[in-house]
Amino acid sequence: MRRSVLALAVCLAPLAAAAIGPDEILPDPAEEARARAITSELRCVVCQSESIDESNAEIARDLRLLVRERIVAGDADAEVLDFVADRYGEFVLFRPPMTAANAPLWLAGPVFLIFGLALSAAFVRRRAREARRPRSGLSPEEQSRIDALLRE
Amino acid sequence: MIVELGHLALILAFLVAIVQATVPMVGAHRGWTDWMRVATPAASAQFGLTLVAFLALMSAFVTSDFSVRLVAANSHSAKPLLYKISGTWGNHEGSMVLWMLILSLFGGMVAWRGANLPPALKARVLGVQASISVAFFAFILWTSNPFERLAFAPIDGNDLNPLLQDPGLAFHPPFLYVGYVGLSMAYSFAMAALIEGRVDAAWARWVRPWTLLAWLFLTIGIALGSFWAYYELGWGGWWFWDPVENVSFMPWLLATALLHSAIVVEKRDALKSWTILLAILAFSFSLIGAFVVRSGIITSVHAFATDPERGMFLLWILAIFIGGSLTLYAWRAPSLRTSSVFATVSRESGLVVNNLLLVVATLVVFFGTMWPLLAEVLTGRKVSVGPPYFDLAFTPFMVGLAMILPVFATLPWKRGDLPTAMRPLWGVLAVAVALGALVWTLQTGGAILAPVGVALAAWLILGALAEIAGRIRLGRAPLAESARRAANLPRADWGKAIGHAGFGITIFGIACVTAWATEDIRVLRTGETFAAGGYDLRLDAVAQSEGPNYSAETGRITVLRDGAEIGVLSPEKRFYPVQRMGTTEAAIDRTLTRDLYVTLGDPQSDGGWAVRTYVKPFANWIWLGALVMAAGGAISLTDRRYRVGAPARRAAPAPGAVPAE
Repeated sequence: MRRSVLALAVCLAPLAAAAIGPDEILPDPAEEARARAITSELRCVVCQSESIDESNAEIARDLRLLVRERIVAGDADAEVLDFVADRYGEFVLFRPPMTAANAPLWLAGPVFLIFGLALSAAFVRRRAREARRPRSGLSPEEQSRIDALLRE
Repeated sequence: MIVELGHLALILAFLVAIVQATVPMVGAHRGWTDWMRVATPAASAQFGLTLVAFLALMSAFVTSDFSVRLVAANSHSAKPLLYKISGTWGNHEGSMVLWMLILSLFGGMVAWRGANLPPALKARVLGVQASISVAFFAFILWTSNPFERLAFAPIDGNDLNPLLQDPGLAFHPPFLYVGYVGLSMAYSFAMAALIEGRVDAAWARWVRPWTLLAWLFLTIGIALGSFWAYYELGWGGWWFWDPVENVSFMPWLLATALLHSAIVVEKRDALKSWTILLAILAFSFSLIGAFVVRSGIITSVHAFATDPERGMFLLWILAIFIGGSLTLYAWRAPSLRTSSVFATVSRESGLVVNNLLLVVATLVVFFGTMWPLLAEVLTGRKVSVGPPYFDLAFTPFMVGLAMILPVFATLPWKRGDLPTAMRPLWGVLAVAVALGALVWTLQTGGAILAPVGVALAAWLILGALAEIAGRIRLGRAPLAESARRAANLPRADWGKAIGHAGFGITIFGIACVTAWATEDIRVLRTGETFAAGGYDLRLDAVAQSEGPNYSAETGRITVLRDGAEIGVLSPEKRFYPVQRMGTTEAAIDRTLTRDLYVTLGDPQSDGGWAVRTYVKPFANWIWLGALVMAAGGAISLTDRRYRVGAPARRAAPAPGAVPAE
């Protein structure tokens, strides 16, 4: 409890170092743009829901500088992310990697969609089939019209 | 004394709610009308007592009664009056009392305005509503008593979190809560319908306005929260896919789906059991939201101070209300048969697809929000799911929804055909694609988002206009005839078109800001000028000042365009000594086409100041679109059929006629 209050105070108090500062920016705009893209995908370990790009914590600043060091050293984007994840754990990656362990997360959307499509297609087709089928006596639709008229 | 009165009122409200949850239910079951009638005065009493408790708590905050633990922990005598008032709900306990006030107000509205409801249905709705009250009153009284006294009152309080000391606090939570709690109406009506085993057009006609009301407040509440975060947090983000945001977004998505499926029940007597399920789910997600925010099970920036005891209590409430309603649903829903039929190409099918996309999108958000918890429980790994995941996994559903919306919105009920539906839309489609192509060629960067977003926005907005134009035969009939048709067009149709156009406006804002926002971070000494986004900005001075409960450093930045002065921006850094916390107050020059957003950073060792400047094209369209959507909902709510048409079911069949059911 106390620890989380302390963490909150660090995160919300732009006193020491506020998000990304002017002294951190790389001279090459292309490299800087890559650095910004990478740092906004890395989670601050102190400020929980913030990326290190937005975080005010001291460690976020250190990580921002580390990311820029790796970029200047010639690492590709994926290598930088791996480098940080190797040291701080998978927890810092805001985009969970597409590994077998994370398969449920990444497959959830498509699977739900296919499942839902199948269900609703079956439902719509059943309605449509009944709409085409002539019945003796009143059709359901006539029945519902009569119901509606009676209700008024 | 007033505080004790408030506590007493809360206890009495709890007892009244117990009566309201039981007596009318028994009455409705046995057909005893005098027992059923208890519901109405009980709902009024419950609301009155909760209001007394709420006002007592507010008076403790306004008078800074630090002998109350909650006030001492969350307020300060030097705090401006506005934040003393709104600070009443700027904490866990107080916000729960606000939640109860709104819940009992909704119950009261059914009691006062539901004269045309069948007595048994009304009794059951109010009974279910009161059972929710019982659970949450118990939660407040046993785990979160706002009226607890301290043995020794401190001289002054701990103050409110400075980030919350903003006019946003006065409006954002009340709107959001009206939305969350408003969905309890849909839930209560759904439960009552399941108990009665009857869902018909009349039922949908009662449920839909409540859902619409809840939805429009939720829309405004979420937009206000996003707008607040945008100017308060200091880097111009407007949505973070934070768990707490997600749990407010999921009920919104489901309420949107419910809004649409209830139309099918009302107009076509189909999708009944699905609509009941959606009503249950929408409120269930409100409850899940309350649990996530107040239990601390998922880490978030805006979770309340957390407590496992509260978490457990809420988990029980969730289990009872979600589990109970789903069990009842599984038992009774099979008896709800759909009698009406429709063709594969029809508005009914369109609304099925709408519901499919919205519900799957909700599940994706839910899964992403819960995955860190699941992964830790199942495999012990600590993982994070953040904006990059949600952007990728959620956006396709909204794109799909936007793509099909104008076509399905113009399809007729029962049976339609695509060529006819597309006839008035080909022109719109051509314009939308052309606009997208134009953006594609004009923009220098390669982001696909902007052209797609602009094309979708144009497709939605112009599609809504084309629909109205078609309905009033604009250009194909004399102008006077069109004007007459426009005047006679049901408000619900206007609301529909306006709401859909609002969706387009929001998409446009999101696409533009995401694709084209520019940023400039630099150190600036007073007197220096720099260029950003076509403007020249000059830092004139940084002045110290004292606020009521903070000290501030305020920059004065003159904005020039082509040498001519067009405005002055005053970004501010504040320090709140009681909470020992700083805040950034961004200065924003807002226009319809762009926001010029400046924040003042830290003083640098060489005497300069860190200054961040953002140019955010069309940022205001994001929230403007939400307001237009809400306005569409409000206009739809004034439709004639809700003002006069509701008592359809009560009308007794003529003597000798065969009962309808």
